[in-house]
Parts: sequence; C-alpha cells; structure tokens
Amino acid sequence: MTTTSPSRQDAGQPSARHNADSSIRPVIKPRKPINWGRAGAWALVVIALIVTIAPFLWMLRTALSSNHSLAGNAGNLLPADFSWGAFKRVLGLQSPEEAIAEGGSGAAINFWWYLRNSIIVSTLVTAGQVFFSAMAAYAFSRLRWPGREKVFALFLATMMVPPIFTALPNFLMIKNLGLLNTYAGIILPFLFMTPFAIFFLRQFFMSMSREVEEAAMLDGAKKFRIFFQIVLPNAAAPLATLALLTFIGTWNEYFWPLLVGQEENVRVLTVGLGVFKSQSPQGAPDWSGLMAATLIAALPVLLLFIAFGKKVVNSIGFSGVK
Amino acid sequence: MTTITKLPDPPAGGTKKAGTSAPVRNGRGIGDLKMALVFIFPAMIGFVVFFLIPTIRGIYLSFTEYSILGDPTWIGLENYTSIFTDELFWNSMAVTVQYVAINIGFQTVIALGLALLMHRVAKSTFIRGALLLPFLVANVIVALLWFWMLDYQLGIVNEIISWTGLPRIAFFGSEQWAIPTIAAVNVWRHMGYTALLIFAGLQAIPQHVYEVASLDGASPARTFWGITIPLLRPVLVLVLVVTVIGSFQVFDTVAVTTAGGPINASRVIQMYIYQKAFTESDFGYASALSVILFVILALVAFIQMKFLKGNESDLD
Repeated sequence: MTTTSPSRQDAGQPSARHNADSSIRPVIKPRKPINWGRAGAWALVVIALIVTIAPFLWMLRTALSSNHSLAGNAGNLLPADFSWGAFKRVLGLQSPEEAIAEGGSGAAINFWWYLRNSIIVSTLVTAGQVFFSAMAAYAFSRLRWPGREKVFALFLATMMVPPIFTALPNFLMIKNLGLLNTYAGIILPFLFMTPFAIFFLRQFFMSMSREVEEAAMLDGAKKFRIFFQIVLPNAAAPLATLALLTFIGTWNEYFWPLLVGQEENVRVLTVGLGVFKSQSPQGAPDWSGLMAATLIAALPVLLLFIAFGKKVVNSIGFSGVK
Repeated sequence: MTTITKLPDPPAGGTKKAGTSAPVRNGRGIGDLKMALVFIFPAMIGFVVFFLIPTIRGIYLSFTEYSILGDPTWIGLENYTSIFTDELFWNSMAVTVQYVAINIGFQTVIALGLALLMHRVAKSTFIRGALLLPFLVANVIVALLWFWMLDYQLGIVNEIISWTGLPRIAFFGSEQWAIPTIAAVNVWRHMGYTALLIFAGLQAIPQHVYEVASLDGASPARTFWGITIPLLRPVLVLVLVVTVIGSFQVFDTVAVTTAGGPINASRVIQMYIYQKAFTESDFGYASALSVILFVILALVAFIQMKFLKGNESDLD
C-alpha cells in the first residue's frame, strides 16, 4: 500500500521533497520490470469486468437482431441480420403482420402503458417515501419527546420482518378496500415510510450541527421553518442518495405489483416483462423483442446510474452495513 | 425565549449548553411532543397500517382457515401440524437451503476477492460502478437476460459449451440444474454489490496495521489470514446476515424463469407461499408458512450474530 501514495506527488514536485519522502518510507520498492502478482490481479479485474458487462452487450446484440435469424447465428457475436424491428415491435410501431413476419407474437404489448405506469408509481413512491421519512427522521433525531427511542426501536424492528410476511395481509387489506388494480393499491404500502429510509436519514440529521438550528430558533423560527429551511437543504446530498435508491428499488420491484397490479392499465414494466415472456409463441420465443423490451426497461436505471453513479457507489457500505 | 421550550436533555451528538439553565415551561416529560406528533404522523400511518397491523394479522391468519371468500375460521394449530407432514413444504425447504448454500457460498468468496482487488489494485470508482451494474437492474430483467443466454437451443452459453465438444445443458429445464443455475444468476447479480459492502469494511481497517505487518516481513497470505480476515469479521458477519436473509427470500428469478419447476425442483419457500395463497387461495396455510419463514430468518440472523460474534470487533 505504501508504494502508491508517493507516486501522487511525483508530478512537478521538486526532487528534494521527493527524496525526503522516500527517506521517511524506506519500504518503497524499486520499480521491477514486471510485477506478476499485480499483472495477475489486473487480469482478474478485467475478467470480472467482462463477466459483468458482456451479458449487457449480448442483450443489445440480440435486440438488434432479426428474431428469425437468431437460430442460424447463435454463436455470431454481431447482430444476426441487423434490424430495428424488435424495438419497433416492442414500442408498437409495427403492425401485427410485420411483427409476426419478424418472429414476434403479433399480440399487442402496451409497452408505453407499462412504462408510464412504472414512471408514475416510482415517482410518487419516491417523493412520498423520502419526504415523509425525512419528517419522521427529524422527529426521531432533532425533537425531544418521551418514548422517542422506544418508538424508533419498534420502527426498526419491522425491518426484520420479511416482505412476504406483510404482503399477504396487505394484499387482503388492499382487496377489501377495493384498491386492487389501482395505482393507490400499488403505491400506498410504500408511500409513507420504510424503516430503512427513516434509519438512513436519521443518521445524517443526528450528525448535523446544532448551532445552526439554535441560531434559527433565536431568530424566532418555528420548527417547521427550521425543518424546511435548514434541515432539508443541509441534507440535500443524503436526500438525493436516498431518492435515487428508492426510485431504483421501486422501479425494479416485482412481487408487490404482481400481487395487486395485474391488470393492463396499471401493470408496471417488471410485471409486463413477465407477461411478455409467457406470451411468446410455443417453440419459437421472440427473443429479440424480449431483449429489446428488457433493454428499454433497464434504460432509466442505467441513465440514472451514469448520471449519479458515484453517489450510489459511495453510499453503499454506509447504508448497507452501518 | 425560544430556548425555553427546549428540554434540558443533551441533544444526541450535539452540545449541552442550550437550555440547561433555562426554566422548563411546558413540563419535563413532554418536550416537543406536539411537534413530534405532527412530524411523525404520516410515517406513523404507514407504519401502523402497512407494517404493524399486517404483522399481527399475519400471525392471526396462520391459526385460521381462510380462502378469501367468507371469514377466517379459527382452527388453532392445524395449519402448523399439517405443514409438519407436508412433503411439498419439506421439499421447498430443502430446495431453498440448497439455493442459499450455493448462492451465498460462491457469492461471498467471489465478493471477498473482488473487494480485495478493489482495495489493493483497481481503485477507480468507475470499476466499482461497473461491477455494481447488475445489482441495479431489476431481478426480472436479469432473469430474462440469463434465461435467453442459457437457452438450450440458441443460448450463447450452450453454444460455447458445444464448441468445446461437451453436451448442451438444459440449465433451467432439468431438475438437477435448475437451482444451481438460478443461484449462479443471482451470484452474478449480487457479487458486485456484496463486494462493495466488504470493500467498505476493508477501508475501515487502519493503514498502520498493514504497515507494521509489512515491516515485520509478513507474507501476503499471512497478512490476509492474520490481519485482514480477523479485522474484517464484524463486517463479514453483517454482510452474511443481510445476504443470507435476502437469499432465503428468492422469488423473482424463480417466478420468471422456472415458476418452481421442473416438477418441484425449484419451488423455493417463497414460491410455495405465493402459490398456496394466490393459486390455491389458502391464505391461512400460506400465512402459517410465512410465519415459519419469519422464525427461520430470525433464528438464522441470531445464530450468525452469536456464533460468529458479529457485534464484537477485534480492533482493540
């Protein structure tokens, strides 16, 4: 480890400084011709990257192939008989006849609906969950009231309950309320809080400096103003991270929308993809179409990740372990 | 004046000076209770309605016979006694345990290796981000992607296998391959994420410990077993608890690819619960099954924490 730190100073540093540095750390190894251990380690990194990325490229390659030609070119690395047909088919830009001619099922898949539903559900859940959890986290960290720790412990305890356990009674409740196959039914259980979101934000609120808050109180500011004008803006970074994690999580959720959102008008993408797979004609599934659909379904998350990936990467570990 | 309404208790992690000398006007025991109730109100609704009541109701339903039509009828322990002799239940437990063993075994070892690589060799955020990618994509998408790549006829994996002259493998279609295949798919999805969790633990190990070891001339292997692993243990245990609990609840991948088949080969416990509740409309039985799953998960977590002493650090 020590070998790497001085190298940062190499560029543009006077040699005296460099010498001083190396005299402090005599463990610095002289440069060897080839460090086989390091080369081997890098080879492993490259293999891991290939194993991770290659399937996504295969997804793209299949989506850009003509479905009929896949059988004859199973091992060809390039798209078999290049075609945008699969994307057109999925997005409803092809007539059923054309679709069947290209190896699709010909059945309409209201992909745009599913996309719209996924966007609606994920956006509302993210907005509600982050905001209400922030309010609760504020009460659990910056306000003093009797029983606070006990109530918080109770909230945390439900983190231990497996989702399937509450999913059955929740399904019955949503059904009794007549909310099956409505946005409300899909959204409500996640709209107000999750124990994790409160826990996550409480950590940040607790570490916030009290002085700012006190200055505001001398100012005569009420708790509400403090929350909105001081606490929330100061916690912008963790709030954004949590929002990102919540959005991705909701976008990817399958089990709950499968239970309560089967009907086409509220069906989200994950459930729609499952249906699409089972719709494929027996013997000759529409692999191109399926891969085009999965690619489009994964796109929002991939874009979010490209834009804010660093945040997500750096938040893991903190949120997952501590 | 405004500080008067504050309780004299020291704020968590903050300074104590605020309000210590100020008289408390609205009672020592109440504090910001009114305000807190307002702030906590929405979350409290969500908590009570969608977490607390369903938990209690789930336990209650497990003692009833309930087929969604009509009302639940109390039948005492009958669900539990029939589960005890239910061959499909024991099969689903065996399948699930097999899945967890394969999944967690490979995933943890690979993730530990990746974490060490991230820590010692490949320090770029870009590489960490790329390895995290599969975890961010929905289970369903990952399942479909591999369902295609592992297809018997056209899948690229079988194509490569046949190039080497070996016989093609029915990954999802044969009884002995279904569970290992699903486990491997999820290893692929989770290895980068798990590696990042372990990586965070590695970063918490103070650098000077390694420096001392290297001055003492310790070999890399000795450093790994003598320093890295013991100091990493609390993090490893937590990672294991989290991943094992998640692994026990595998559902999406199974539902999309094999739906529990062929025959019962991949009917994991959550799949069995789902089918009992939603295809057989036996909510009482399904609830009893999920109570059992809940108890198993709690035990697993408890045993792991206790046995591996996850809450004690060696870093003293």
